[in-house]
Amino acid sequence: MKNFHFLFAAWIVAWAVFLGFQISVSSRISRLRDEIDRLKQQLQNH
Amino acid sequence: MKMRSASTVLVAALMMFAGYAALFIAPDERTMHEIQRIFYLHVGLWVAMFTALTVAFVANIAWLATRNPKWDWLGVSAVETGVVCCTGGLITGVLWGKPAWGIWWTWDARLTTCFILWLLYISYLLLRGLLEDPTRRATLSAVFGIFAFLDAPLVYVSNRLWRTQHPAPVIFGGQEAGLDPTMGKVLMICMAAMVCVMVIVLIDRYRLERLRYEAEELRLEIENRAADANSLVTRSVS
Repeated sequence: MKNFHFLFAAWIVAWAVFLGFQISVSSRISRLRDEIDRLKQQLQNH
Repeated sequence: MKMRSASTVLVAALMMFAGYAALFIAPDERTMHEIQRIFYLHVGLWVAMFTALTVAFVANIAWLATRNPKWDWLGVSAVETGVVCCTGGLITGVLWGKPAWGIWWTWDARLTTCFILWLLYISYLLLRGLLEDPTRRATLSAVFGIFAFLDAPLVYVSNRLWRTQHPAPVIFGGQEAGLDPTMGKVLMICMAAMVCVMVIVLIDRYRLERLRYEAEELRLEIENRAADANSLVTRSVS
């Protein structure tokens, strides 16, 4: 198991890249949902 | 929502099984031993990337043909997801290269064409950020996306055309190529798992683009109503 740390790092990095992207997409979606609610409210008040 | 949760759980289970198969079921490779197990993840990521970029290519052509914004949303979503897979593929390649070749990176044909592909799609995303008008942004990025995709087949054939540092292909690589049957099955499971993860992420990314469009439409409507109200006030004053 001489190179185990490389194997471990590769799996961790690959999942971190996907997970990081997914978290970023989810947070952008929730921000946009809030903005859409705010805009709809603004439109009703007009 | 239930369907989405069920598919996420299913993909997570498939992913866990793929990881278990790659680490414990696949036989040990004779020369590289345990480090060769990066192969299942590395190839899986590239297959997911090629799938995403092919979707983007089709969406770019469809946008130019139909001008339906849905194709633009799909195009940018698939490119961003493809770039994520490409980044993962490049990093896992670097982490495999060091113990296998003794170097982190070399400007070999396969590695260079992959790096160029990554740069091209990063440029695609930067280009979109620079353009304000939605129609112009969609058209220019679709044209650029079609041009960028020309590098994808070159990446695929690069280690067939030029024999440099990167190993020759083990799948569809001619008579001398081949893979142990168990390794082949594990690779298929890993490729399916990575493509499924990519699809789940792509669906979410598409949802984000659809919401962006909805917000843009609402903003425009508010601006139009404000302009109408202003012109009414001006007319009544005059």
